[in-house]
Amino acid sequence: MLTLRINGTEHQLDLDPAMPLLWAIREHVGLTGTKYGCGMAQCGACTVFLNGAPVRSCSTPVSVAAGGEVVTIEGLVKGLGVGALGKVGQAVRTAWLELDVVQCGFCQSGQILAATALLAENPDPTNAQIDAAMSGNLCRCATYARIRDAIRRAADALV
Amino acid sequence: MKTTNHQMATIAPDTIENAGRRTFLEAGIAAGAGLLLGLRIGPVPAADTGHAGTAPAAAATFAPNAFVRIGTDDTVTVIVKHLEMGQGTFTGLPTLVAEELDAAWDQIRAEGAPADATRYNNLLWGSAQGTGGSTALANSFEQLRKAGAAARQMLVAAAAQRWQVPAAEVQVKDGVISHHAGHSARFGELAEAAARLTVPTEVRLKDPAQFKLIGQPGLHRTDGPSKTDGSALFTQDVRLPGLLTALVVHPPRFGARVKRIHDTEARAIPGVERIAEIPSGVAIIARDFWTARRAQDTLRVDWDETDAMTEGTAEILARYRELAKSPGAIARQDGDVDAALAGAAQVIEAEYSVPYLAHAAMEPMNCVIEPTDHGIRVWNGEQFQTGDQAALAKVFELAPEQIEIRMLFAGGSFGRRANPASDYLIEAAHCYLALRARLPVKLQWTREDDMRAGWYRPLYLHRIRAGIDSKGRPVAWDQRIVGQSIIAGSAFEPMLITDGVDQTSVEGAANLPYAVPHFRLDLHSPQLPVPVQWWRSVGSTHTAFAGECMIDELAVAAGQDPVAYRLRLLKNHPRHLGVLKLAAEKAGWGQSLPKGRGRGVAVHESFGTTVAQVAEVTVRKGGQFRVDRVVIAVDCGLAVNPDVIRAQMEGGMGFGLSAALLGEIRIEQGSVIQSNFHDYQILRIDRMPEVEVHIVPSAQPPTGVGEPATPVIAPAVANALFAVTGQRLRSLPLRLSP
Repeated sequence: MLTLRINGTEHQLDLDPAMPLLWAIREHVGLTGTKYGCGMAQCGACTVFLNGAPVRSCSTPVSVAAGGEVVTIEGLVKGLGVGALGKVGQAVRTAWLELDVVQCGFCQSGQILAATALLAENPDPTNAQIDAAMSGNLCRCATYARIRDAIRRAADALV
Repeated sequence: MKTTNHQMATIAPDTIENAGRRTFLEAGIAAGAGLLLGLRIGPVPAADTGHAGTAPAAAATFAPNAFVRIGTDDTVTVIVKHLEMGQGTFTGLPTLVAEELDAAWDQIRAEGAPADATRYNNLLWGSAQGTGGSTALANSFEQLRKAGAAARQMLVAAAAQRWQVPAAEVQVKDGVISHHAGHSARFGELAEAAARLTVPTEVRLKDPAQFKLIGQPGLHRTDGPSKTDGSALFTQDVRLPGLLTALVVHPPRFGARVKRIHDTEARAIPGVERIAEIPSGVAIIARDFWTARRAQDTLRVDWDETDAMTEGTAEILARYRELAKSPGAIARQDGDVDAALAGAAQVIEAEYSVPYLAHAAMEPMNCVIEPTDHGIRVWNGEQFQTGDQAALAKVFELAPEQIEIRMLFAGGSFGRRANPASDYLIEAAHCYLALRARLPVKLQWTREDDMRAGWYRPLYLHRIRAGIDSKGRPVAWDQRIVGQSIIAGSAFEPMLITDGVDQTSVEGAANLPYAVPHFRLDLHSPQLPVPVQWWRSVGSTHTAFAGECMIDELAVAAGQDPVAYRLRLLKNHPRHLGVLKLAAEKAGWGQSLPKGRGRGVAVHESFGTTVAQVAEVTVRKGGQFRVDRVVIAVDCGLAVNPDVIRAQMEGGMGFGLSAALLGEIRIEQGSVIQSNFHDYQILRIDRMPEVEVHIVPSAQPPTGVGEPATPVIAPAVANALFAVTGQRLRSLPLRLSP
């Protein structure tokens, strides 16, 4: 048995400790906003917060997350277990909606979490800093121009 | 109601009225009034509808036809017959309904239609239901406006009855129905009353001058909220009681077959339900993904490689070069090319090539098969209902209507989910059958499966010889294309292969817009074991590259400016001229740039939409370069959702840029080298240029925007690199010599 705290709720789970956190979240806790895209930390679709920092849940064993505080897109948007990041996450999501960033949408949970992590660390990023921070999150629809604009918009809204 | 200046048509639910679509705009404008049109829309489906992404809306209260449902909670649900894969069809199609209904945009919801070609066929595909070829908006333009107008007419009639006033005096605005005597009601309040009325047999459509939503910015995507809070439902997200996960071990080389399975260890893993050979490999079915993955890691398969492919990319290219020496099937021939080449002042000859490409949608292919009392339910990012229903019916030995399909959001497709062979759906069906238990099964491809199991944009080789006269004008163009046919062997063969020419192999080349008096295009379609498929913009992915680079070469040979040269040769193509001029002007074409920087241009029409792009590049020492800025001009007829159009231009260009800079699937000895995003790189944000999109104003019927931006960027960038370095790059991905 291991204990996972996800979005402020505790889950007791009997899982292979080597199982990636991604599959525990998706298939055993039932939160499917976090996506499988590559399984080797190449695309960022599986991004979640672990103890306030973004991690690739597809390459993080669930045993590493046990006892820690996990936040997924569902928690970020609802402000569950997310603390001060909640306000940043809200601003990011609002900017995402205002600029209609999404296309297919599959990568966007990861993009929003990565953008939130960036703005929490650097409230006024330059384009180059945005590119550096976001280059681990692939978007096959290439919504990148709007992702940049939305991050700047969210930064302005948070001032 | 005015009855002059209208078109009438009789009801025939199984046929489609197209005359109205063709003449709607001119007639409407001339008349200065709405049109009365025969309503040929199927009735509301009796069964539960499939749904994409969101929870089912409130119970249907008023459902006047197969496309509109209005609830007492005032929501207007538009049933969308096309797959939302990012291109914005869940926003574009509801706009058409909302416009004629005079609804408020925030009361509009979108829901995916079930598989039912009697109601939801693609009007540009005859009797088949499916999404592709950038047709969703174009084929729905009149149909959904009629659906909205019919609903409006019934709400108005219900209001007139309730308030005892003439229907002609009832107004509808922003979702509110009113009468000057002080009556007012929202749609929801009249929904039940409207539902009791007879569905009209004819409707009047708005004059374009009256449009309030069509053409307006600020209509936010209907799928935005669910795609930013984790609730959007993709196939990967389907959870059902008892659901099992299937992974499949595919052959390491195309054409190899299973010889022996060593699965003792894998079977011993708790939670592994079944391991079995299926036609496409070995299925591993387990209680969850991780269990199946662990079993996959321990499983060993001996492969029979007797019939396995032995060639690789290098051998294929060499073979194609040999083939290109002999004539192929003629796709188009004007004048006497050989004589014109012999008499030309200068002949320029060049070979262009493009590699195999994976679609690499962010959501790896997947499909859920669920047994029901009536047959089989399929959960899928469903792009080709009619073909998939037929294919699955065959596997299950059921009637097509016993295959119920729930169309979910697709995490990208770029053509991949409309597979003419229904490849991954059939594989999912075989996984289910191999299980031999009535439990739902989710086939989940890993990224490695998605990258290596085939269905690529084919590798193509083009050889072009062009002659110019003493003034630099092209007098002859002789082009030969070599590459696998996507259509051969598919259900589309009778329609799309004519006189031995797969029209999708030559589209964008056979209709070269430039005025060249002597022209010949021929085609070789060699057969290879590599499974190939259409990829965003299909033939244009390679024909635009070859054609738009070659015309640039001719401009250089003629000593003329590439934009001016094109403009002179496009006199009979006003839409090409329009976008080319607009893009050049907005990009500052002709203005000087600092050393090491340069511009390139390309213009191309696909799926009835014309796009011009000007790319600005910076080249550094050692051959490194960056695309800094891309200016795009598009003519897609009437711009229904300008912001969706902009998004598709930005993203479509980015998708093409990914292929131009990075994309290549390499095959060696029948085996694909790439396996995941570390060795099949796709565009990341740090290489995304600044993008500007300009839309040519137009009153012509709308055409699609999902694909046409993609093929234009590679030649624009190649031409820009030539402008800076003098190096002419003729193969993709683009790599400068240091």
